[in-house]
Amino acid sequence: MQRAAALVRRGCGPRTPSSWGRSQSSAAAEASAVLKVRPERSRRERILTLESMNPQVKAVEYAVRGPIVLKAGEIELELQRGIKKPFTEVIRANIGDAQAMGQQPITFLRQVMALCTYPNLLDSPSFPEDAKKRARRILQACGGNSLGSYSASQGVNCIREDVAAYITRRDGGVPADPDNIYLTTGASDGISVRTILKILVSGGGKSRTGVMIPIPQYPLYSAVISELDAIQVNYYLDEENCWALNVNELRRAVQEAKDHCDPKVLCIINPGNPTGQVQSRKCIEDVIHFAWEEKLFLLADEVYQDNVYSPDCRFHSFKKVLYEMGPEYSSNVELASFHSTSKGYMGECGYRGGYMEVINLHPEIKGQLVKLLSVRLCPPVSGQAAMDIVVNPPVAGEESFEQFSREKESVLGNLAKKAKLTEDLFNQVPGIHCNPLQGAMYAFPRIFIPAKAVEAAQAHQMAPDMFYCMKLLEETGICVVPGSGFGQREGTYHFRMTILPPVEKLKTVLQKVKDFHINFLEKYA
Amino acid sequence: MASSTGDRSQAVRHGLRAKVLTLDGMNPRVRRVEYAVRGPIVQRALELEQELRQGVKKPFTEVIRANIGDAQAMGQRPITFLRQVLALCVNPDLLSSPNFPDDAKKRAERILQACGGHSLGAYSVSSGIQLIREDVARYIERRDGGIPADPNNVFLSTGASDAITVLKLLVAGEGHTRTGVLIPIPQYPLYSATLAELGAVQVDYYLDEERAWALDVAELHRALGQARDHCRPRALCVINPGNPTGQVQTRECIEAVIRFAFEERLFLLADEVYQDNVYAAGSQFHSFKKVLMEMGPPYAGQQELASFHSTSKGYMGECGFRGGYVEVVNMDAAVQQQMLKLMSVRLCPPVPGQALLDLVVSPPAPTDPSFAQFQAEKQAVLAELAAKAKLTEQVFNEAPGISCNPVQGAMYSFPRVQLPPRAVERAQELGLAPDMFFCLRLLEETGICVVPGSGFGQREGTYHFRMTILPPLEKLRLLLEKLSRFHAKFTLEYS
Repeated sequence: MQRAAALVRRGCGPRTPSSWGRSQSSAAAEASAVLKVRPERSRRERILTLESMNPQVKAVEYAVRGPIVLKAGEIELELQRGIKKPFTEVIRANIGDAQAMGQQPITFLRQVMALCTYPNLLDSPSFPEDAKKRARRILQACGGNSLGSYSASQGVNCIREDVAAYITRRDGGVPADPDNIYLTTGASDGISVRTILKILVSGGGKSRTGVMIPIPQYPLYSAVISELDAIQVNYYLDEENCWALNVNELRRAVQEAKDHCDPKVLCIINPGNPTGQVQSRKCIEDVIHFAWEEKLFLLADEVYQDNVYSPDCRFHSFKKVLYEMGPEYSSNVELASFHSTSKGYMGECGYRGGYMEVINLHPEIKGQLVKLLSVRLCPPVSGQAAMDIVVNPPVAGEESFEQFSREKESVLGNLAKKAKLTEDLFNQVPGIHCNPLQGAMYAFPRIFIPAKAVEAAQAHQMAPDMFYCMKLLEETGICVVPGSGFGQREGTYHFRMTILPPVEKLKTVLQKVKDFHINFLEKYA
Repeated sequence: MASSTGDRSQAVRHGLRAKVLTLDGMNPRVRRVEYAVRGPIVQRALELEQELRQGVKKPFTEVIRANIGDAQAMGQRPITFLRQVLALCVNPDLLSSPNFPDDAKKRAERILQACGGHSLGAYSVSSGIQLIREDVARYIERRDGGIPADPNNVFLSTGASDAITVLKLLVAGEGHTRTGVLIPIPQYPLYSATLAELGAVQVDYYLDEERAWALDVAELHRALGQARDHCRPRALCVINPGNPTGQVQTRECIEAVIRFAFEERLFLLADEVYQDNVYAAGSQFHSFKKVLMEMGPPYAGQQELASFHSTSKGYMGECGFRGGYVEVVNMDAAVQQQMLKLMSVRLCPPVPGQALLDLVVSPPAPTDPSFAQFQAEKQAVLAELAAKAKLTEQVFNEAPGISCNPVQGAMYSFPRVQLPPRAVERAQELGLAPDMFFCLRLLEETGICVVPGSGFGQREGTYHFRMTILPPLEKLRLLLEKLSRFHAKFTLEYS
């Protein structure tokens, strides 16, 4: 009983009823002031308008599904209605969605998912035994043996154990504790809504929390910072140097930031999005040391950990490197690492599967985190199941191993090929320069935009690269996202394009971009 | 605060540095968030389960999780048709299997055609797959006797809990102009938690326990009047059928609420996730949308309304899939764009959940092969829930010191319990709300986990708990009797 009572006290106590003793007279005065009496012939002003809405929400931008994508949608509708265009389809090269571009799901994964969804299939001879074993294991761990029950808010226990085992294997034996694993609704959820960034942001004025993010970045970060009314602190990746992360630049950024905010968080995306660079081990050590020195909470977005193409590069997890740097670092640096089912060789974006591993959290903060997670009950259980298969795939000796390995290698080999193809083709175009795509799923080439085009853009009140991308979309149907949506050094222009269309189609797309670019240069010479 | 200095010196002693992220340094709004449904009592229940697994002897052999509205966790079976179609979508190879009915295959193909790459694995548009939004609109129209619904006003979400972020749009101002939101007491604590997180002002209006938890507009006036002192009330939340109370609003009441909201310029949020869970004879679900439209001008064309539904409740109980939607009515077009923008940052709701929702809003038609089985399963679930609602009310009302309003709908009972003064004192000594103390003792001695009324809100000096009606009928009967006996024993102990 004492234990139970202590638990309750440690959490927040019960709510007290709201106070009743407020004066009425001022309320009445305010009431009549607030009420707007309008004649019935005109519509009265809405309660919720752009002016009256949450200003933080208004400030949020997310280019990946922003204005250019809306335009692409309009154009698609026009095409459907039979309006003639210089192209027959819109190519959605704006978003890292592999299956939308034709990549096939991994057979084994979908088999296990189907068995979990409709357990009658466990009696069917058309499913391999190893898939059935996985499905039974997952179902047994679910309430009522069903994907339809809520799970624990942190995620299904045995799946968290499997994730921990995966991390330990991946990191050559560096231990992961299931208790530090949180399953999430895609990685985006772990980063933003239910978590770390939300818990971290506090203070006011000059002591408002500052969050360091790479430029260029994946605009989830800037959007969340905006929504939380935190301070965005930019550190620039070095384009001249394959988008390398330079610790001196981190130092510069944090020093300047201390003037006007309290920097507490450092976000790293590795492999990078949109840049595709894969951090060297040395670089990761430097970053960890920097975070340790400056007392920063490290967020390592590692959703592309399976997407490394360059033979000279290797994925090093922040967790592993941290651990190998010794106890002074590994016991102290607060680190949250994120992974997802959306990328890699799986491409299961729609399932919204993901996890985060959070280490060295203050125990009371952990309680707060679990509490926050509990309000939304749990991440989608089918996504959790998908994550389980990702971290617990068929192994040598199992029936499905061969086909699984083949499919996986095929997808990854294909992506690597497309990465090289894209880099090479772009670099053949005068006025386009593309850094090597070491990993991830995107090209982020730099484009030269002539002065006349810059002027034209300004006349249209658009960023020059948005102007460029809109023209590209209108003339070729290819939808990419302007670099201004990700951030870039002043006076430079880029766009982000995925490498996901099938090889032949990708070649056509790249050729079209090349032709467009050359025309564009001529037109605005 | 003392604790953090203590932490620091302890940390230094162990060679550990102070953390970047501590209670003092964290987001204060998050700190204020509470969610009793999965709060401390549930953590204790987890510990007890752990102890049972380790072989520790207890006065019970299992913990009964009667704290959360999760039907399938308590043994309710999923609807066959829904899972068949979903399995076909997940693994389209099964489309050639003879073991699936044709109508299920047809549905699966239809859904897959509407997905990027014909796969559940692709992101959808942020507001949800267009085809499914259209199906939802049609469902709403059918449900509301033909009143039109525009698919563009339908946004799919990750469960209804996610859609409540409409509230996020409404929060603005500072100090006295900070947005206030009226919520019922007792309420489903997602609302209080969300308001705490958003830093909005919670404005309580009390449901009337003496009249089966009725919503009284006079009470709305009272709450609003007092609130205007210290905040800018801009929204009114209604849960119908109610959670935890189970009351089903009459049509007259809904009209009165709409008129009130219109006159007082409040954005209406109608949480209708239990719209398929109506049990009491004489009770009927009336959607806020329908009543609003039928009220005609000036209300129909101007009152701003957001209505929520979910795949977690009803007869489906598909909580784990996180399917849901919100229909917005009379929302400013530019604001609607903002809402879409917000949703786009998270990309899209889980596509399997969207697919499930589609089946819920367009179930088998009478001419379909799967219709008979579907209907039978659905009716069986709903009939059992109705029986359990009645049983719960009956058993609790037979117990001296427990009184239970009729469970007209939803999935819970929220009985009032008398607690002897000495028990209240003891609770206070322990730093616990009296009903939390009662519930903890109940849990320790019977293994039954329910949520104290203090987690939902209640009038000062009254005590309640929320218990689900979800365990299988005979098991439920046993639990209700066990609980009643415990209450009697508890009362005796503290007399």
